[in-house]
Amino acid sequence: MPGPDKETDLTERVEAFLSDLKRGGSGAGPLRGSAETARETTALLRKITAQARWSSAGDLMEIIRKEGRRMTAAQPSETTVGNMIRRVLKIIREEYARSRGSSEEADQQESLHKLLTSGGLCEENFRQHFAPLKANVIEAINELLTELEGTTDNISMQALEHIHSNEVIMTIGRSRTVEAFLRDAARKRKFHVIVAECAPFCQGHEMATNLSKAGIETTVIADAAIFAVMSRVNKVIIGTQTVLANGGLRAVNGTHTLALAAKHHSTPLIVCAPMFKLSPQFPNEEDTFHKFVSPHEVLPFTEGEILSKVNVHCPVFDYVPPELITLFISNIGGHAPSYIYRLMSELYHPEDHEL
Amino acid sequence: MCNSCAFYHFAAVFLSLNHLLHGYEKKGDIERAKSEGKELTKEEKQRLRKEKKQQKKSKEKKDDKVIQESGKETRGDSSAASPPQPSSQSTAQKAPSAVPPPVSVPAPEAPTPADKPAKSKAELKAERRARQEAERASKQSKKGDPGPQGAVSKSKAATNELQPVVKRLPEHIQVDNPDVLKKLAKKLERQQTPGQNSAKKIPLRLDYGYKVSLFSHLHQYSRKAPLTQQLSIPSTVIHPAIVRLGLQYSQGIVAGSNARSVALLHAFKQVIRDYTTPPNEELSRDLVNRLKPYISFLNQCRPLSASMGNAIKYVKKEISNIPSQCKEEEAKHKLLKCIECYIKDKIILAATAIAESSIEKISDGDVILIYGCSSLVNHILCEALEKNRKFRVIVVDSRPRLEGREALRRLVQRGISCTYVLISAVSYILPEVSKVFLGAHALLANGYVMSRVGTSQIALVAKAFNVPVLVCCETYKFCERVQTDSFVSNELDDPDDLIVTRNGHTQLENWQQEPSLGLLNLVYDVTPPDFVDLVITELGMIPCTSVPVVLRVKNVDQ
Repeated sequence: MPGPDKETDLTERVEAFLSDLKRGGSGAGPLRGSAETARETTALLRKITAQARWSSAGDLMEIIRKEGRRMTAAQPSETTVGNMIRRVLKIIREEYARSRGSSEEADQQESLHKLLTSGGLCEENFRQHFAPLKANVIEAINELLTELEGTTDNISMQALEHIHSNEVIMTIGRSRTVEAFLRDAARKRKFHVIVAECAPFCQGHEMATNLSKAGIETTVIADAAIFAVMSRVNKVIIGTQTVLANGGLRAVNGTHTLALAAKHHSTPLIVCAPMFKLSPQFPNEEDTFHKFVSPHEVLPFTEGEILSKVNVHCPVFDYVPPELITLFISNIGGHAPSYIYRLMSELYHPEDHEL
Repeated sequence: MCNSCAFYHFAAVFLSLNHLLHGYEKKGDIERAKSEGKELTKEEKQRLRKEKKQQKKSKEKKDDKVIQESGKETRGDSSAASPPQPSSQSTAQKAPSAVPPPVSVPAPEAPTPADKPAKSKAELKAERRARQEAERASKQSKKGDPGPQGAVSKSKAATNELQPVVKRLPEHIQVDNPDVLKKLAKKLERQQTPGQNSAKKIPLRLDYGYKVSLFSHLHQYSRKAPLTQQLSIPSTVIHPAIVRLGLQYSQGIVAGSNARSVALLHAFKQVIRDYTTPPNEELSRDLVNRLKPYISFLNQCRPLSASMGNAIKYVKKEISNIPSQCKEEEAKHKLLKCIECYIKDKIILAATAIAESSIEKISDGDVILIYGCSSLVNHILCEALEKNRKFRVIVVDSRPRLEGREALRRLVQRGISCTYVLISAVSYILPEVSKVFLGAHALLANGYVMSRVGTSQIALVAKAFNVPVLVCCETYKFCERVQTDSFVSNELDDPDDLIVTRNGHTQLENWQQEPSLGLLNLVYDVTPPDFVDLVITELGMIPCTSVPVVLRVKNVDQ
């Protein structure tokens, strides 16, 4: 029967996705980067919406929340999964509200005025059944998918507004967004790029070869030379893994040093980050914020004699506070770090911050 | 008639120059403007040409005149290799020791640009003409009287005492200037006893790979092509100990400021032991000339460090201070003893003194961060462990040299508990740290610390987290240069070191084929003094800004 088949098919898909997430991590396997993860997540959520059995918006939200918790638990550092889930939940709320006929604004604000006048918590059950809700939600998710597909292009289109000719631009590690950004600018302008290689993964090397193939003058430097070279740099353009709710970044390790050096030389620091990287998390304690990988990247097993007697750390991410950032460039335009909280309230509902 | 006048003028110049040498020692270098250096080069060239001519003429003249002036003239005059000597001496100033040219007389031209930086050519010509007239007049009245010469030299000395000293730019930061390269090639050709065939000269090392445009003024050599491959065997120009040392430098076997200086001094000791004075030569003059090609060779293998420059200056001074009546055995013994004393005082005892002061700064429960492998900092930590301080160490390392692993091995062997991270993780680990100890390659006269690349970054992040930064440095590494950024005077290491193979894939393997791709492997960087809280030297604990004071005190003592 189509029902049970669909169900098993769906669960299979979800399990496959979860195992990919667990394995994926930093780019091996089918989930290459954040963009692909976001797309996969959204496609999966659309499938869940289409094929799972639910009667009201509340049911659907419960199902999605449950799946979402499993997905985020599989790979906690991959925040785009959680972000997409929260976006879809927001979509469901909006569609429900529209079906009910009430305006979106009234639902959103938990203003002091509303709290006092309505007398207590505004209980929204989402229990009402609306027939066209399913179709509306799926359509909205399709719109979200189109938006996701166009993010890199949207960001690259803004490149010429920010890069002038004969500039020296510095970047660190490998970011597909920044690569597209710079290649787009290189079509019309001539400039130099300095790439910090970002040990121990040395993804900067791949970035440098890609950029030089596009005809951009590129130089690869070691991480240790970032401050030494910074005095000749005009702009620092970086990508990030996550944009936090306070406007700070969780970026690849070495970015904090880069940001401090840029601040010392008063060089603007520009972050190219699409909106699906914006996460409603705040920078937490060390235990939940950092992710560590095998220290054999740092001190290989060939140094066996001392390996057992020393502690070796290999953190993957760095926290960059919002004071060090000059500008965010996203697919909806450029913003200052102080504006991030506002964008967040447009994208996510406050009740969804905790899945 | 005119010849003898010119000759007396020549003598006068050298008398005055000798007088000035002592003033020059005491001043030390203050400024070094490139434009001034170029201007003076031309004048310098003119003067040298004149002096060369005069030397040739004076040789044809009677010998007694030479003997009369031999005490004051250039010592190199009497040697068989006189024609190439003045030019080699002049180009020797461009030798890439970043310290003032050796004080000894074989480079009497050295103070010439120094004492006349601001006068124009026309003024100098007028001066010279006036002097010649004066001498001619005095010669007519009293023949052979050195009185007016002395007067002229004294007045010159007086006017030139107060002028600022301007240094020559070392060759190794003028790589993009083709004239300088040509001069270097000529100098290397000449630095051989004449009569040998050209196969026995010191080779010129060629640059390798694509150089980043910002650094086109520096050399970039490949480690796979050491200079010794171009030497013919047997090479009679260069002592084998020096050849070995040069190879060790270029391959990175001997690395680190102290290690290089000590190795250099030991090699010099060997050279002195094997040295025999040729007939009709004085040890004090000939030995210094013998050392010159060795120094050029070593410089080609790897640019000299500030500590090595200071050591060479000391050795040359000691050699030239050997009295001429000293027997060879005695002189050699004396020199060997001097070198040993230098090593003992400036390096070993200094390290002990610094360790004693630093241990006061280490308290129980400290978490100390160190960067790379500094022999001095390792010594301090081992001493602190001996004195039963309880602390743990975080070793920060960076690609491509990965020197921190060596420090890690040494500390773990002594039983110190260590943590090891790469420099990109330093902002993760810094909240745990209570103090940062850094070593230095050289301390510059404007308070900047020149050290391994990455040191300034560590100091920057430590400052952001409010962690105190202490730099440990012996005074023999203090340098009279000034520098504000890491570009103008640096060293470029082999760019192939940055290539790495991960997961069986080497991303940058064919970087030479990519036309717009460059690799940059810097060796040094400068840390501004506001990042450094304290400098610990054997003279005490001083702030970064007191470095020129120490230099002045040292010069006065000498």
